[in-house]
Amino acid sequence: MRSPVHDSSTRAQTRSSQQQRSPVSIGLTVAALTGAAVLGVIGARALSRNSADVGRRFRRIVDALTTHRTANGADAAEKWEELTGRTVTINRRRHELYAFWRKFSNLARILENIESVTEVDERRSHWVVRAPAGTTVEWDSVIVEDIPDELISWESAPGADIANSGRIDFRDAHGGRGTLVTATIAYDPPAGAVGKLVAKLLQREPKIQARRDLRRFKQFMETGEIATSRMNAEVSGDRSSDEPGANVRASISH
Amino acid sequence: MRALTWHGKHDVRVETVPDPAIVNPRDALIRVTSTAICGSDLHLYDHYIPGMQSGDILGHEFMGEVVDVGPDNSALTVGQRVVVPFVIACGGCFFCQKQQYAACDNSNPAEKADASEIAYGYPMTGAFGYSHLTGGYAGGQAEYVRVPYADIGPIVIPEGIEDDRVLFLSDILPTGWMAAENCAIESGDTVAVWGCGPVGLFAIQSAFLQGAERVIAIDHYPHRLELAKALGAEIIDYEEVKVREALVEMTGGIGPDACIDAVGMESHGMSIDNVVDQVKASVGLGTDRPHVLRQVIMACRKGGRVSIPGVYGGFADKFPVGALMEKGLTIRTGQTHVQRYTEKLLQMILEGEIDTTFLISHHLSLEEAANGYRMFKEQQNEVTKVVLKTDGRRH
Repeated sequence: MRSPVHDSSTRAQTRSSQQQRSPVSIGLTVAALTGAAVLGVIGARALSRNSADVGRRFRRIVDALTTHRTANGADAAEKWEELTGRTVTINRRRHELYAFWRKFSNLARILENIESVTEVDERRSHWVVRAPAGTTVEWDSVIVEDIPDELISWESAPGADIANSGRIDFRDAHGGRGTLVTATIAYDPPAGAVGKLVAKLLQREPKIQARRDLRRFKQFMETGEIATSRMNAEVSGDRSSDEPGANVRASISH
Repeated sequence: MRALTWHGKHDVRVETVPDPAIVNPRDALIRVTSTAICGSDLHLYDHYIPGMQSGDILGHEFMGEVVDVGPDNSALTVGQRVVVPFVIACGGCFFCQKQQYAACDNSNPAEKADASEIAYGYPMTGAFGYSHLTGGYAGGQAEYVRVPYADIGPIVIPEGIEDDRVLFLSDILPTGWMAAENCAIESGDTVAVWGCGPVGLFAIQSAFLQGAERVIAIDHYPHRLELAKALGAEIIDYEEVKVREALVEMTGGIGPDACIDAVGMESHGMSIDNVVDQVKASVGLGTDRPHVLRQVIMACRKGGRVSIPGVYGGFADKFPVGALMEKGLTIRTGQTHVQRYTEKLLQMILEGEIDTTFLISHHLSLEEAANGYRMFKEQQNEVTKVVLKTDGRRH
């Protein structure tokens, strides 16, 4: 999986010499994360520092994500590091993948923690995300940039429960292997008690959460279904819960 | 339904568990008619494979009748008899399209794939009844099994062919065949096979079919060596002679052109390295006991080929990497790409080129499965293969 990173033509990868010097930060430009995952990283770090810093840090990250410009190379590298993920190759044509993602209501089928995404109009969608203790958080998202078969970026409308921003890129893979998919999503957890709960729920292994969502996207597009070892609709083949956040939820209820 | 479940080291039970059903659109539901206990099930029985959970249904060699299909499965119809490959492969990913089915990128559920990705660098493919590293799929030592991607995996068996003739297409026959194929056999070659269990015996058979001039079989169980001899192999009892020296003598100083390790991580024998490995494994300082693999690498001729169908799961100590490099050996290994071979091997069975029934020493009912494990573990000389029959009734 080295070549797609080095050969990539995304602007994000070519702008910053800092990123090119460090293998870690180069890898980040193909970050593919779910909101849950990044919320975890940013949320956890933000909470452990000065909470007044949260908004500023988040804005810088979103700025880096959406403009692919960085004022300070070292600072940018640190920010990218917080968004680490990886690329996934999907054995389907760009157009097919773009079309699936562009219909945001499809995302609830593949992203863990997302209860529903409803398209309000051509550019606006309403997201409902599962949160601790059976609650949900919601927001409206607006498409910022939309280049058919290449990229889609979006950000939450003002007043969202959790401010967030995301982007997905589709590029041809080498050797006729399909499409390289790159997704990056950043969230800012709300302040206060609810915010802490959300952060606690989602900070569990954020990178793991991210790659699971990518795997599901790949599975669905390549096989038409999402792999599961469940024996039937009611009974999981597994007695330990793999439900995201299950451990945290248990600890919260104590 | 009734199923054989795992509860810990040397603790397997036949219990009543929930019935499986169609979950995904390409699934099929199979009513099992025959299912076997595999040598690699003993690695689970002995708890050498991590990622097991109490209650897991074991079994990855099974066949039966299609009793239900998902809405997107147009390949199978209810009533067909099928053998199911132990590897669960989607057919649509980069790996499946290269026919590397045992490397399928999609069959291990997303939430299960992390462990093997951490352990091996990339997520493992899904398999039936073989721990949560390979997806935690319920296995085939049961009355019914939910089979994912059943539109590309299971192979339909013509009417009138009894189960025993084709059951081993699910794993050990293709595994023996691929083990020989990984030896890249050339005319005049001598192939040495360590381990005369089912895979070793099928590898011997396959090596001859693929053009080996001689096959030398190595084991210590007299009955298994007899079976190897009956297939045309020359034999070495490692308790009576020094294996490498015997091989050198038998090959006029050249050494075997290709060597097959059909033993894997739990070698027997009282050699010093194996005893040390057992101690290390018992105190958690090592996982695998690669005594045979060491011997294979030492015994193989310069420039020869090493094929490893035997299962390893973790780390090996004192691995003779110097001998490997300096002699210029080629190693090929891996879980079997079963789906690549089933069609061809079924044809060879139907045409009488391959007979696998000689291997079966015991038929038991599914209810007696726990006893079958004990027998297979404790009486390896007599018990070469246990096939379990189900009556298909729901309990």
